[in-house]
Amino acid sequence: MTADPLDRVFSALADPTRRDMVARLTEGDATVGELAEPYAVSLQAVSKHLRVLEDAGLVSRSREAQRRPVHLEAEVLDLMTAWIERHRRRAEERYRRLDDVLRDLPDDVDPTPPPPGDEP
Amino acid sequence: MTTTSHPETTLTLDDDLPVVRITREFDAPPAQVFRAHVDPDLVVRWMGPRDLEMHIETWECRTGGAYRFLHAREGEEHWFHGSFHDVRPDEVIIQTFTYEGMPDSVSLERLELEDIGGGRTRLVTTSMADSFEARDAMVSSGMEHGVREGYERLDEVLAG
Repeated sequence: MTADPLDRVFSALADPTRRDMVARLTEGDATVGELAEPYAVSLQAVSKHLRVLEDAGLVSRSREAQRRPVHLEAEVLDLMTAWIERHRRRAEERYRRLDDVLRDLPDDVDPTPPPPGDEP
Repeated sequence: MTTTSHPETTLTLDDDLPVVRITREFDAPPAQVFRAHVDPDLVVRWMGPRDLEMHIETWECRTGGAYRFLHAREGEEHWFHGSFHDVRPDEVIIQTFTYEGMPDSVSLERLELEDIGGGRTRLVTTSMADSFEARDAMVSSGMEHGVREGYERLDEVLAG
């Protein structure tokens, strides 16, 4: 685990349960108990996951209320998903240009001759 | 595993390895998709970013071959190079990849072409960087104002 904030966000979201909890929090704040409900894991395990999300800056816990609801810091999440989505979109743009290249190719492609000296 | 999924290109970040996996299907048989990766005249037509010009210096897409190309924009030059470690026509291309601005960082790329019938191909590209940091820098380098500013913004957000 490095101290790099982006690395922390990426690795916090590397776990399917934590990703699921984050998805749940996009609908609104929830208590630890509410977050634990769908999973067959102990409250302790859920708290541990929450600590990882907290350390990455993805969630915060209210200090006042008795329930201490968990709040999603959507801005941090948005930043990371925006990076990933932008990278994906650039790949898609590249592949759409490849679609065009492929459309222009003749159908009867000559089989690529093996390069010299490549055969045993 | 972080995946963004669309009917088009799917991108997955692996949890355990510094890997980015990109999957896409094409309306062309593997032989044609392969050719579009091998013939430099075809490569320049699609591989470079749209807002930059791609100039190929070397492109020997065969086992033991090498490549080097330039992405250029006014006042900006980005060179990339690598080796074609293993090339099996219409099936797989395994190559190294280095951005010359970060010469100590090398990633290993595996491109797999799968015939999915009906004259169509699934292309799966797996890029393994040499560290999570390098991988995440690669993913976040799509930021308009570069990675540094992205990190600075993230620091601000995290500092609350």
